[in-house]
Amino acid sequence: MQRTDIVDKSQLRNDHPDFRIGDTVKVHFKIKEGDKERVQVFEGVAIRTKGMSQSKTVTVRKMSFGVGVERIFPLSSPLIDKLEVATKGSVRRAKLYYLRDVQGKAARIKERRDDTPAAPAAPAQG
Amino acid sequence: MDLPLLGRKMGMSQIFLPDGTRKGVTILKVDHCVVVDKRTPARDGYAALVLGTTPVTGDPRRVERLVGKPMMGRFKKLGVEPVKVVREFRVKAAELDKYQVGQKLGLEVVKEGDRIDVCSTSKGRGFAGVMKRHHMAGSKWSHGTHEYRRHGGSIGCRAEPGRVHKGKRMPGHMGAERVTTQYLKVIRVMPDQGIILIDGPVPGYPRTLVEISPTTKLHPIRIRKEEVASKDPLKASKKAAKK
Repeated sequence: MQRTDIVDKSQLRNDHPDFRIGDTVKVHFKIKEGDKERVQVFEGVAIRTKGMSQSKTVTVRKMSFGVGVERIFPLSSPLIDKLEVATKGSVRRAKLYYLRDVQGKAARIKERRDDTPAAPAAPAQG
Repeated sequence: MDLPLLGRKMGMSQIFLPDGTRKGVTILKVDHCVVVDKRTPARDGYAALVLGTTPVTGDPRRVERLVGKPMMGRFKKLGVEPVKVVREFRVKAAELDKYQVGQKLGLEVVKEGDRIDVCSTSKGRGFAGVMKRHHMAGSKWSHGTHEYRRHGGSIGCRAEPGRVHKGKRMPGHMGAERVTTQYLKVIRVMPDQGIILIDGPVPGYPRTLVEISPTTKLHPIRIRKEEVASKDPLKASKKAAKK
């Protein structure tokens, strides 16, 4: 056990479903406007996870009016209302940076069937 | 917070505040902090609490070897558990009577939002050059620089004064010294675990001894505001008129 575990574990959220890199995820993110709070959904491809335990983040990339938009979400953030997996994707890399350079057909991601043995998956929460 | 405490630095972590911002925090552990002795104005000429931490138990011979015979004698005389680490903290003479020798101090004296000073030993950097030690710029990395990349440049003048000025910043031993970090904010108190979380870093390695005390520094902005308020007689009179 690490010395800082007591604090780390107290901050960790375990309620997200497992997802892998290449999956299309919907992140329901709470946004404060004045004193009102609403939930915005950011849907895109999970192209990278970084860090571990309570400081783990996921980078979600989507195309918005022809412009690529990436957002980094701390997975243990209390501002994440919900995280859903929309479609599963099959990819051969852990970081999908190549998606930034490709468009159209090349940017497609093959769908993953659960019976196909994929590469060893990174657990959603580590 | 109105009391000093002895603890250990556990390391750093990250927590989420309710508004979702992530905050880097230092974890300080206070698990055994005992009043070992008192210094009284009558006997010692000043008022202070002597606090101890890291109790030593087990084989009496081992305890005596670790603690030392002179300190062992003191502990026996005062009837307190032998501790490895002992530090003195100045307190007001009037407050001295509130505490008894042998009393255990805990985190109940700390509240969230308190401002504290933390004193510890910084990480040792060994014999460090001027770029690391004094943030000098060094030289160009190329364009014919020959064996002069991390040097500090000239250290003096000529025949006048014919010597190097005192206090000239030069390479030398860096770190491993007593450093006080002032006005740190207590983010969270977790008494069950004997832990407090401090906003930002604290000098030293994990497991370093830390002396936690009430801050001696007043907030610069608050001081300035009070100054401004006292200097503006017009506003003061208006305020008085409103009341």
